[in-house]
Amino acid sequence: MSLNADQVRQVAHLARLELKTEQVDRYARELSNILDMVGQLAQVDTGSAQPMAHPLDMVQRLRPDAVTEGDRREAFQAHAPKTQDGLYIVPKVIE
Amino acid sequence: MTLHTCSIRELAAGLRAKKYSSVELTKHFLDRIARHDKALNSFVTVCADSALQCAAAADAQLARGQGGPLTGIPLAQKDIFCTEGVKTSCGSRMLDTFIAPYDATIVTKLKHAGTVMLGKCNMDEFAMGSSNETSFYGAVKNPWDLTRVPGGSSGGSVAAVAAGLAPVATATDTGGSIRQPASLTNLTGIKPTYGRVSRYGMIAFASSLDQAGMVARTAEDCAFVLQAMAGFDPRDSTSVDQPVPDYAAQLNAPLKGLRIGLPKEHFAEGLDPGARECVMAAVAKFREAGAVIKDISLPNSPLSVPTYYVVAPAEASSNLARFDGVRYGHRADGVKTLEELYKRSRGEGFGAEVQRRIMIGTYVLSHGYYDAYYLKAQKVRRLICDDFKRAFGEVDLILGPTAQSVAFKLGDKTADPVAMYLNDIYTIAANLAGVPAMSLPGGFVQGLPVGIQLMGNYFDESRLLAAAHQYQLATDWHTQRPKEFA
Repeated sequence: MSLNADQVRQVAHLARLELKTEQVDRYARELSNILDMVGQLAQVDTGSAQPMAHPLDMVQRLRPDAVTEGDRREAFQAHAPKTQDGLYIVPKVIE
Repeated sequence: MTLHTCSIRELAAGLRAKKYSSVELTKHFLDRIARHDKALNSFVTVCADSALQCAAAADAQLARGQGGPLTGIPLAQKDIFCTEGVKTSCGSRMLDTFIAPYDATIVTKLKHAGTVMLGKCNMDEFAMGSSNETSFYGAVKNPWDLTRVPGGSSGGSVAAVAAGLAPVATATDTGGSIRQPASLTNLTGIKPTYGRVSRYGMIAFASSLDQAGMVARTAEDCAFVLQAMAGFDPRDSTSVDQPVPDYAAQLNAPLKGLRIGLPKEHFAEGLDPGARECVMAAVAKFREAGAVIKDISLPNSPLSVPTYYVVAPAEASSNLARFDGVRYGHRADGVKTLEELYKRSRGEGFGAEVQRRIMIGTYVLSHGYYDAYYLKAQKVRRLICDDFKRAFGEVDLILGPTAQSVAFKLGDKTADPVAMYLNDIYTIAANLAGVPAMSLPGGFVQGLPVGIQLMGNYFDESRLLAAAHQYQLATDWHTQRPKEFA
């Protein structure tokens, strides 16, 4: 399986990564090599094996619906790149 | 003073006998960091002031006759664990200015145990790497040969402990990131069972594989530190609610009658002949001590690298979606739209290896490829896991090499990601299955350390640590130190 430069740009777009032009060809080559390596899985007869998402047979725990955390908005926003009046500031999204 | 070559047990005894205080001990390690870390680059942040404060508090506790086996013992934290008020970078430009607003559960637990945090250790960016060359803060050097890699991703942790800059360091292991670097630097490290140690506050890479552990000089030291780290945490949804045994109390379980399996797939082509000799010498030691050695097979383990490089990037692409340049982390300047903000912040904030894995993960999860890659890998993962379940019906432990060879040269594998990935060929299967595994010093090839890997059944850390401890009572490989850092 190999990826061309356009496919790499499309994947990078889905992953919200801006790539520099000079990176695209290198990534195309490297990602193609990685996909070639993982491609050997296609040859494996997995029969009726159940997909394994997690090492342990466990179900999601439930906890009482109670407030356990205090309000730490200021501490959490202290390291945000840009805030104002307790809000996170981003470029305008709605005209 | 040679405090930096002592085990935790020895240091704890010295503190109680008042041969030195925790403040003196802490100063000793801080001095060594100041003197030696320029050559190694093993620390991202050194916390001298807070370390001395903690040490003074530990001394006061010891003076009252209180405290446990770790009270007053200095340690280093891998920079993947959130530490309140202290920079937590995960080896990435993305988090270069991130000061964690809370402590990871294991950080809290180790504080409560009385340990003194010396600083935060360098690592591969977001724990993605096997050589510690992907860090934003530069490569870490191997104390045994400064032209070689220390392994990764816990490369800073192992370099610090191997060079005597800390008695023990925390580490994490998603595909071998504790065991492979321990192997390359003559240390003992354990990756516990998935779910044994809380992952709360440990920056996520691949959530169904990640597990926290540590690297130290001896299996006994690992037992002390694991005791303090392990246990149920309601804040980690994958934490397992099971009692933690007394690991140190079981270290003297005899090897006699212990059934140890040698998986033939881990001795196949690719294993360096010198490393093989070391592993076989270890096998002979275990046999002499009365262990029963059996040849076994983990037939699907050769598929663990391709399986991992679907599963881990898939999970990583999802986990790393949180880095958006809005709430914390790097944010690009001069952007006009929200999409540009996301893309440029992530394009600038993540290094090449992280970007590769995000893209592979995005690709294998995308429409039309999900079944062929992700679902298929999850099925193969089941086969790999079933191999272990079958094997542990026949044997108590599985033994083999940790890595195919000794430490390689810096720069040797950076141009070829697939060659780098194959470093973890023997270690990944334990993560996919979720079983605990260790690496222990097993000898040298041309002056460079070789690690022995031991794998155990789920939650059987006691037996693993005991076997490692008994082996270390009969050998002295683990006492060898790199000459330049004597």
